[in-house]
Amino acid sequence: MLLVVAPFVIDPFQILTLTYGLIAAIGALGFNLLLGYTGLLSFGHSAFFGAGAYTVAFLVKYLKVASMELFLAGSVLVSAILSLLFGYVCVRYTRIFFGILTLALSQVLWSLAFKLFWVTGGTDGLRVPTPTILGAAAIDDKMEFLAHRYYYYVLAAFAICVLLMWVIVHSPFGKALQAIRDNETRAEFIGIRIRRYRLIAFVISGIFTGVAGALWAPLNGLVSPEVLVWTFSGEIVFMTVLGGFRTFVGPIVGAVAFTYLKTYAVGFTVYWQLLLGTVLVVLVLALPTGIMGTVNLVAGKMKTPS
Amino acid sequence: MGVYVIHILNALLYSSVLFLIAGGLSLIYGVMRILNLAHGNLYALGAFVTAWAIGTALEAGAPTAVLLLLLPAGAVAAGAAGGVIERTLLRPFYKRPEEYQLLMTFGLLMILEDLIRLIWGPNPLSATTVYATLGSISIGGDRYPAYNLVIIAVGILAALFLWAFIYRTRFGVFLRATSQDKRMASALGVNVDRIYIQAFTLGCFMAGLGGAIVVPSQSAVLGMGVDALVLAFIVVVIGGLGSLEGALAGALIVGVVREAGITFFPEAELAVLYLIAALVLLARPAGLFGRA
Amino acid sequence: MDLLTTQALSISFGDNRAVDGVDFSVKQGEVLALIGSNGAGKTTLVNLISGLMPPDSGHIIFEDRNVTRQSSYERIKAGIARSFQIVNLFDQLSCADNVALSIFSREGKTLNLAALASRDRAVWEEAHDVLRRFGLDRTAMILAGAISHGERKLLDVAVAYALRPKLLFLDEPTSGVSTREKAPIMDIVSSIVRSGGITVVIIEHDMDIVFRYSERIVVMHQGSILADGTPDEIRQNDAVTTTLIGAHPSREPAFRSAGDAGG
Repeated sequence: MLLVVAPFVIDPFQILTLTYGLIAAIGALGFNLLLGYTGLLSFGHSAFFGAGAYTVAFLVKYLKVASMELFLAGSVLVSAILSLLFGYVCVRYTRIFFGILTLALSQVLWSLAFKLFWVTGGTDGLRVPTPTILGAAAIDDKMEFLAHRYYYYVLAAFAICVLLMWVIVHSPFGKALQAIRDNETRAEFIGIRIRRYRLIAFVISGIFTGVAGALWAPLNGLVSPEVLVWTFSGEIVFMTVLGGFRTFVGPIVGAVAFTYLKTYAVGFTVYWQLLLGTVLVVLVLALPTGIMGTVNLVAGKMKTPS
Repeated sequence: MGVYVIHILNALLYSSVLFLIAGGLSLIYGVMRILNLAHGNLYALGAFVTAWAIGTALEAGAPTAVLLLLLPAGAVAAGAAGGVIERTLLRPFYKRPEEYQLLMTFGLLMILEDLIRLIWGPNPLSATTVYATLGSISIGGDRYPAYNLVIIAVGILAALFLWAFIYRTRFGVFLRATSQDKRMASALGVNVDRIYIQAFTLGCFMAGLGGAIVVPSQSAVLGMGVDALVLAFIVVVIGGLGSLEGALAGALIVGVVREAGITFFPEAELAVLYLIAALVLLARPAGLFGRA
Repeated sequence: MDLLTTQALSISFGDNRAVDGVDFSVKQGEVLALIGSNGAGKTTLVNLISGLMPPDSGHIIFEDRNVTRQSSYERIKAGIARSFQIVNLFDQLSCADNVALSIFSREGKTLNLAALASRDRAVWEEAHDVLRRFGLDRTAMILAGAISHGERKLLDVAVAYALRPKLLFLDEPTSGVSTREKAPIMDIVSSIVRSGGITVVIIEHDMDIVFRYSERIVVMHQGSILADGTPDEIRQNDAVTTTLIGAHPSREPAFRSAGDAGG
């Protein structure tokens, strides 16, 4: 509800940061389907985010498309195909090897984006102008557009994604994923085909993150290989763990928190990696359940006074 | 004829450095089951420390012999850093799920990246004097930098030393025992804590050594660690994580492919590497020498 | 009618012939105990039959169909289920969830990602019913990782039972459980299983339980079947008693179960 009135009370820069945060939240939500619910730690989710973003950039550059809806449709399609391909290879493995494979595969994409500069614009990247939303073009100035109409568009997308994911994780399928996470042997022995379920989860996860990438592209205005590099995948993991990967809202909280954290860190010091790295180390050492996990713990302690 | 020898030497050169990095990574994983994402940055640390040491000594007017002796400085620094890291930051995680270990090393990667920048600034450091003073030798009519042979020699020596260390010493026995069955080794009286810190230190030392010996021929530059890590990953995927023979085989394959790539198809050499890695994974999931 | 037969089933791990040319059969409706010293191959045999690993040679016939090449998934769908010696549960999920998962899977509903699991009344009613029958109704909302060991052993069986299998393998259902708790557990298990008409094979080390609850006993030793008969026949089989030292039936049972006052 705060989110709905935000653009009228907070300044545009904050709104932009919030928009980035909501977009990251969609990506983290998708990512956590794999980590929190299926028990698979992917270090290559930048591949799907980047795929979504580059789909938008290519639609602009090669097909002269400007419709946000087409951007989203295209990204869903591309990230679905990509995650199906990657997932097919990766879900045969678990744990460390799964992580390494996802990382390596996302690096393949990165190196393609980097090297094929005549297609992807290389390190210069590809420009993405303001899109049309529901058919209506942006007639106001760009900042105004981004801070208002685009914000609400993203907010709506965010709400839809949250709802969809909520249903998925509370469905019988969601329970089956958690079973696989907790005990894959037993899951197999109650008749669940593990690889198939992991693959489905992988694809859903990839699509959500791809949608995030697509929403990000017009906001950022520029799509470059940085969005595919593996350290960006690491940031997705970071924000999810920051919020708490054992809860549904954890990734959302973590993504928004991380976005603000990084924005201020980058603005504050050139050594922002040092800052964020330290935060991560402290987080993992002291608060492994993340923000939401700690909140729940404290709330639980408050309910049962000693 | 000389051209082929040069290509082979170049491939061996690349393999030597890769072996040091990937071997260290594999050693750490084999013994401790930790995938050290910060490993590339320990390689970078080695490069920077050596470049800095040599640069400082050069300004002080030191002779070439001293400069050469300073080469391993980076390795020592990386090893020391590894020891400190293991003792303070990694030890709390051994009982925890491996996701946390991975995140910890990722955090370390970020910290090290910026620490290097903090200490030595954003500009590359070089130690080309060492490279130049060794001059070049003639191979089949072409000139070839003599320093490159030093790198290859170090690589070969490292492989031999490691092999002897792991298979011929008492410590090596403990190392292998711990990597196979930590609890059993502990029950038999092996001090697993000590093995862990020693393994991690050795692994980081190797990575640092890789950086140290490579820095005279190419400068120490920010971001080199992250790039190196990806290549090290390819090596262990091909060769098998946790196996030194695998790191050697993988490093050789990657070295050869890269050299062939640079010569014949420069745009695609990375793609070919990834393709090979993918093929190996599909055929032998644990890598050529790995145990699943 | 033989529900399950194995023919010359074998598997080796390196030099160790864990299961060596075993011809084993189970008749419809019977309660069979599979006993033998540690390393005799009992769990391995069950692993082979349930599909955890493929045999080196031999066949497995279930309901007249050769299932040797079938995956564990197919065998479960055909009606074979098992519990585990070392408890295998979904620790981060509630006990009700654990049982409900078997039911969802049995009904083919686990691919449904568009509806809330909580809405399926029938599944949850059945899950609670199963828990009640196993004496676990108080644990329904508690995480499986947080209940007592005895309860976990029962839940492990309940999860397999909820699949409504035709043939159920129970791998040491009372191991690690205190002596006092063993018979109650077995009482629950056997009554439920009998009333459901399920064919049961129990791997057990506790001879008192074996003789009290089974109709037929198969003894394994070093990968082969040593003896096969009724409890009385096995009691009198010298080869069996010499191999399984400490299980001589003429000695007083090591403990008395709760309802067995006279002995």
